[in-house]
Amino acid sequence: MPHTHPTHHYQLPHFEGDILQITDLHFSYPDGHAALHGIQLCLAQGEKVALVGPNGAGKSTLMLHLNGILGDSGAVTVAGLPLNPKTLPQIRAAVGLVFQNPDDQLFSPTVFEDVAFGPLHMGLPEAEIHIRVDAALESVRMSAYRERLSHHLSVGEKKRIAIATVLAMNPRLLVLDEPSAGLDPRARRTLIHLLRDLPITMLVSTHDLALAKELFPRMIIMDEGRIVADGPTLELLQDQGLLEAHGLEKP
Amino acid sequence: MHADAFDRYYHAESPLHRLDPRVKVFLTVAFILSNALLSDGVWAAFGLAWLLILFANRFSGLGVEFSFKRSFIALPFALAAVSAIFIPAGQPLAEWTIGPIQLVPTDFGLMRFASILLRSWLSVQAGILLVAVTQFPDMIHAFEHLRVPAILTTIIAFLYRYLFVLTDEVMRLLRARESRSAALPGLKSGGSLFWRARVAGNMAGQLFLRSYERSDRIYNAMLARGYQGQMRTLRSHTMTRRDWLILSLGLFALIFLQLLARL
Repeated sequence: MPHTHPTHHYQLPHFEGDILQITDLHFSYPDGHAALHGIQLCLAQGEKVALVGPNGAGKSTLMLHLNGILGDSGAVTVAGLPLNPKTLPQIRAAVGLVFQNPDDQLFSPTVFEDVAFGPLHMGLPEAEIHIRVDAALESVRMSAYRERLSHHLSVGEKKRIAIATVLAMNPRLLVLDEPSAGLDPRARRTLIHLLRDLPITMLVSTHDLALAKELFPRMIIMDEGRIVADGPTLELLQDQGLLEAHGLEKP
Repeated sequence: MHADAFDRYYHAESPLHRLDPRVKVFLTVAFILSNALLSDGVWAAFGLAWLLILFANRFSGLGVEFSFKRSFIALPFALAAVSAIFIPAGQPLAEWTIGPIQLVPTDFGLMRFASILLRSWLSVQAGILLVAVTQFPDMIHAFEHLRVPAILTTIIAFLYRYLFVLTDEVMRLLRARESRSAALPGLKSGGSLFWRARVAGNMAGQLFLRSYERSDRIYNAMLARGYQGQMRTLRSHTMTRRDWLILSLGLFALIFLQLLARL
């Protein structure tokens, strides 16, 4: 059931070409720990890509660069816009970043207020906000939770609400940090169906190689702040030596 | 992404670091008390107090100017005493008129202001040095030995421990908001001031709820490990002969300083 958002107004300007371009991205944390060493990466529109690698490989750090939470260099271009302080608000509308821990994502008392935050901040008219919140909750199958208190939901429910909070912003690129971590099998299955049906370009970091195999035709392996492999998921998963060298297990 | 901006302990191997924390806490409190008891304008006694601080710095292994360099942080608070300059006593030094207000600084007022400034500046340096050479758990331990009520020391210990956790939580909340603060071309973004204030209020509420629930979980974890209302540490402190010696020397120096001020 492919889901389409009902609105076509209030969109980012049209553009051609790759949705995401990263050229030679370096980053060190203030304590001196170097997290990224020369990342090169292009994502075409409509691609669904898995980002895998051991803990501490730099996956989360890379993701925080995609909407300018970290980093200030001109290495990242999103939807044709080079990332700089001036384009930052538009880039945040283009990139929907979902944090690993949904408690980090949700900061409002009710589900509705959290999902409405992005559209409200963009200054959309009230009718449009209601349409978007309903559509976003519908696409994560949480419509019945509109008026619930976020902090009393289960982890799986919080995860889906967290995804809805960025879907309501109609992003061009969805970036998810370990979406299946900590979910029970049923919640994981629901999430897989949800991600499969969303017609948005996706970059998803995960330790769940079975999920990567099922959902993402392309896979990127990171280790020690570098991209060590980038190719078709099925091919990379055949390469036992490569997987073992970077602490991964064939599903 | 961790906040450790609050920790002011500087590790070093020095006589002052090795000194029993009780002696350090006691002498610091006594030093601050002694400063408070000095009358205005006894410059020799202030000078001697400063020498004592320099002396303590010298034995901290952190450099003679260590506490001096960090003491300016307290200056803005001392400015609260600025009004002392205009005490109507002694000789007037000048006359300033600002609109309808007339300000007359006097020599007595100026001396009083300088004395207040010096007292607070010396006391702050002692505090800075104390936290720089004493690890926080040791300090709490010292408070306990000095008969500070357990409820207070426990609160201080937990406050210190969870300050870092809370700051991290705040940083994550802010990051989440920043991440979804977007704009579209042609639309005014940011929402109304009232709405932004409400979001900030909600976030403060979230922080309170999370801290409250976390405190419950932590307390349960403590009970599960046998907590009965008292924190125990393995660092058993015993006063050596050296500790007693330094305690007596320090107290003797402070008494001498007080006598000098009263001559």
